[in-house]
Amino acid sequence: MVRVDGKGNGDSLIQVRDLDKKYQRGSEEIDVLQGLNLDVDKGDFVAFMGPSGSGKTTLLNLLGGLDLPSAGSITVAGDEITHMSASKLTAWRARHVGFIFQMYNLIPVLTAFGNVELPLLLTRLSKADRRRHVEAVLGVVALSDRLDHYPRQLSGGQEQRVAIARAIVADPTFLLCDEPTGDLDRKSAEEIMDLIDRLVHEHGKTVLMVTHDPRAAERAHAVLHLDKGVLVEGAGGGA
Amino acid sequence: MKFFRLVLAQLLRKKVRTTLTIGSFTVALFLYGLLVTIRGAFSGGADVAGVDRLTVINKTSLIMPLPFSYRDRILRVLGVSGVTYATWFGGVYQDEKNFFPQFGVDKDTWFDVYAEYVLPKDQREAFLRDRQACLVGKSLAKRFGFKVGDRLPLRGTIWPGAWEFNVAGIYEGNRPEVDTTGLLFRFDYLEERRQFGKGTVGWYVVRLANPDDAVKVTRTIDEGFANSPFETLTQTEKAFATAFAKQMGNIEFLVMTIGSVVFFTLLLVTGNTMAIAVRERTGELAVLKTVGFSGPGVLALILAEAVLIAGQGGLIGLGLAKLFTLGGDPTRGLLGTFYLSWGSLGLGFMLALGVGAVAGILPAVAAMRLRVADALRRV
Repeated sequence: MVRVDGKGNGDSLIQVRDLDKKYQRGSEEIDVLQGLNLDVDKGDFVAFMGPSGSGKTTLLNLLGGLDLPSAGSITVAGDEITHMSASKLTAWRARHVGFIFQMYNLIPVLTAFGNVELPLLLTRLSKADRRRHVEAVLGVVALSDRLDHYPRQLSGGQEQRVAIARAIVADPTFLLCDEPTGDLDRKSAEEIMDLIDRLVHEHGKTVLMVTHDPRAAERAHAVLHLDKGVLVEGAGGGA
Repeated sequence: MKFFRLVLAQLLRKKVRTTLTIGSFTVALFLYGLLVTIRGAFSGGADVAGVDRLTVINKTSLIMPLPFSYRDRILRVLGVSGVTYATWFGGVYQDEKNFFPQFGVDKDTWFDVYAEYVLPKDQREAFLRDRQACLVGKSLAKRFGFKVGDRLPLRGTIWPGAWEFNVAGIYEGNRPEVDTTGLLFRFDYLEERRQFGKGTVGWYVVRLANPDDAVKVTRTIDEGFANSPFETLTQTEKAFATAFAKQMGNIEFLVMTIGSVVFFTLLLVTGNTMAIAVRERTGELAVLKTVGFSGPGVLALILAEAVLIAGQGGLIGLGLAKLFTLGGDPTRGLLGTFYLSWGSLGLGFMLALGVGAVAGILPAVAAMRLRVADALRRV
């Protein structure tokens, strides 16, 4: 159940309360997010839509602990992340968040295997266990035969699947997707959305996705519109 | 170790740039190796000087002699366990360009005081038997092809005339830094033949029973000969050798200046390379932080890259320098020693790593402080 009125019962996986984010541009102060409230339950799939500059990516960055709000709080699985130190936030991010970007953001000098293995390097898993995990998730994204391929040897859709594998390999609490189909052709975009669908429905992942693509948004349980820094509940998604 | 592959992959990203940076370190450390070797050649005496030896020279000048009678008086000073003496000969072998040092030394005590010279027993006995005997250092023998039994003529410059010696032995050093480019002959032969200066020696070398007594013994000797026609200046052998080396100019200063310029340039080159390397992969560093790499972790990765480049270049450069010096003195024996010690190699390697770390620190700190949200916005 997704709510934007701030009246959730407190059991939600993600609770955002009175979130403000201001940017300073020269002498001008820009309000990007204003008094934003959000409750997302475990297993929810939420799409955020809105015009460019409406604050979608800023919201995603705040939810992922990549940026700090000007006011308000974000609580994920009982952890209030808005007052964590940088080092705690980094550790929290590694444990709870999987990021999927529009431009894939793979490390070009590492193979698909090396890219997916990155988050696991920070764990205490043995080399053999890391290999097992990486091979398993590359199997989930149907790239078992591309382990040793470098990003330049993969298509855009394959690169995004590697990025998704990297995002899920450490089994995070939730996934943040910033326009995951934005740089893909229609067919690849459908494949990626099928994959995200499977992560939600078969693997029980919680997904928060920013998108401009109405077809991608249709897959979500809830579509929320950001307008002038405020979240507005839109038409229901596919669920 | 699990991060090593990540560091290595980054180094291989721009192979030409990495190779050129490693090349800079190679050239710089090769140069360092040669400079240190040359410095050692000029101040080698100072580096190998015995800590338990003092040198007593005429206070006026090294070229002024001291009376032979001083020997027994020095020997009586408390704390002195042995005394020997030498005199500079300054002869010419065939041509003046064939310079090498020659000393008239006391046949009975020289090798007791200078334990670093190694000479086979039969050759030492031959030296003691023959008044015209001489001993040549291994490097000198190699330079001119001298062999035991050779007749070696010198033209005297201080004491004119034709002087002839019989090569009774070839001495070596008990370690590579020991100078073996000289010729030692018997002082009594010099004393017998020379026309002037009889009853004097060039300088004394004093062996101490306890090196801790150096200051006390130095003062006692100099005070004992104060206000005499031949006042003495006693100093540690290291100080004496350093002063002697400085007669040829401040080689140490020259070497340090060149070395500092080289390393400073290297610092700028590597620092610039690392800064470019970090700047062009801002997005990737942001991704690393996004997936959970901490700021200090990213700093360590960048530093590891810089230090790895420096270490590789340093190893190659120092290895080449060592190989070069193993080939022998390029001046064919003019330099006292031509040896690059393992200690200098180790110091050079540490210097290389240090320069690498310093060069990498600013870009690494910038990477550590990178704000993920800002960096991702730029991708």
